[in-house]
Amino acid sequence: MSTAAFWLLAVVAVASGVMVFRFDSMARATFSLLTALLCVGGELIVLGLDYLGIVTILMMTIEMAIMAVFMVMFMMNPAGLMPMTMIHNKRGAAVICALAFALLVAGILLAPWPSRQGRPPADPTMDLGMSLMGPQMLTMMTLGMALFATIVATVVLATRRGRYDRYGDELQAAPPADPVRGGVGR
Amino acid sequence: MLVLAAWATATVDARSTGPGREVLRLLVQQRRITRAADIPLVRLGTTLLPVAAVLAAAVLPFGFRSVSDLPDGVVWFNAMEALAWAAVWLTGWAPNSTLSLIGGYRFLAQGLAYELPHMLAITTAALGAESLQVGAVVDAQSGLWFAVWMPVAFGIYLLSALAMAFWGPFDQPAGADVAGGAAGELSGVDRLVFLGGRWLLLVVAAAFAVPLFLGGGHGPLLPGWAWTVLKTAAVLGFLLWARRRVPTVRMERYVELAWVVLTPLAVAQALVVAVVVLAR
Amino acid sequence: MSLELFLIVAAALFCVGLFGALTQQSIVMLMMGLELMLGGVILAAGAAWHYIAPAAADGQVLIVVAITAMAVEMAIGFAVVTALFRSREIDMTDMAAELKE
Repeated sequence: MSTAAFWLLAVVAVASGVMVFRFDSMARATFSLLTALLCVGGELIVLGLDYLGIVTILMMTIEMAIMAVFMVMFMMNPAGLMPMTMIHNKRGAAVICALAFALLVAGILLAPWPSRQGRPPADPTMDLGMSLMGPQMLTMMTLGMALFATIVATVVLATRRGRYDRYGDELQAAPPADPVRGGVGR
Repeated sequence: MLVLAAWATATVDARSTGPGREVLRLLVQQRRITRAADIPLVRLGTTLLPVAAVLAAAVLPFGFRSVSDLPDGVVWFNAMEALAWAAVWLTGWAPNSTLSLIGGYRFLAQGLAYELPHMLAITTAALGAESLQVGAVVDAQSGLWFAVWMPVAFGIYLLSALAMAFWGPFDQPAGADVAGGAAGELSGVDRLVFLGGRWLLLVVAAAFAVPLFLGGGHGPLLPGWAWTVLKTAAVLGFLLWARRRVPTVRMERYVELAWVVLTPLAVAQALVVAVVVLAR
Repeated sequence: MSLELFLIVAAALFCVGLFGALTQQSIVMLMMGLELMLGGVILAAGAAWHYIAPAAADGQVLIVVAITAMAVEMAIGFAVVTALFRSREIDMTDMAAELKE
């Protein structure tokens, strides 16, 4: 059962991963990528990591839906109705990737992998939570800070307007001049 | 087959109007296809919506038994209803029509608004039960319902249930002002599957409020399944009533409300629950 | 199923993503390649947890880190594309090369 699931998910993941770069339509490419990443989430569930697998599925679905919007926004030819190629250095990249894959596979097959130590805990989710809130607290805090920094950096990069645009030169204009009216009393 | 359907339509036509007749009409209607539409994506988007609702329903307890009481059932429900994002956007995009694409974009904007308070609300219920398993959340409410001591999370959940199924005050993604929005270009069976999926999603979202906040099958006298049905009907009835009573909310207003008011409220509610859980 | 099989699938995803990241001119498509590479990393971390040290949670923490990296990469990537597009109407890597001057 789980062997069949592994093979099915593996084949679908790699096939849809390849199709990402073969589809002309951006919507198809994005959702092909989503399929590949959902299969990765499924593989995690096969490995016994239910929680992380489901979280991967949740995050990737939302992420790809938003990605689709940006694809359509920035691509010249989002629907792929007029086929065009937007790639460079195809041959070089193919050689590099084939070489990298060969090296990785050789390494995977030749490396003396250590044998399995210990057994998986009854509840890996609990194990993860205890670890993140215990010995791995520093990792968790670093991730939190990184995400917070990302929020700030993203807003700074993406917005064109600062507080002087909103509140005037003296910062005293009330209500602020926003192009879109918000929902809380303005 | 076609004759039979036509006969059925005629028979029903004579006696009733309403959903049954509409279903039969959509079943026999010929599909319209727009120019340069991405047909596979239309099919994928429309079928994904009911499929997501059914998959989310897998962790719903009926009484005290569900199809599969996963150890991470609450996260599973959240992940499956998030598939609606992909479904509605694809349905809006694929027919190659402006108004339906606007509907798809509106749903994503609405999704960004409702998802964050929604996640915090269902996390709060899981926090109160100290488990992600839906069965354990129900068991934790054999005494006091979560709706009583987590009223903010319950209210936010009901709001996001409406927004998730783009229903009532949140029906802008399929609104009349964009000629039906994401569902605008759908016809025949596609339309039936998509709108039926939306209904299913609403029912599943309403039904999930019962194990999360309303004590699941717990209740005096009646057996568990009867309480589940009664409570689900009550929540669904409330959501349908809200559709009649509340005017449409534009998503840019709801985004600000959700991020500036509802998210901090949900965080505060989670904090209160966390303190209670630690102290007891 | 074995550790090697999982790692080979992960390597395949990683290399397909690398190919995309190297060849695509559009920044958004390039980011899709990066996402696929990180997907391979997640799969490899999960396999390492299951087959090498399931008793320790380190493999799981590595997956959490990789998922966060994906989210950060996407958010910053889109913000940069938006800023680039706003300032000079470009969305391709080759056109952004003049930034180095």
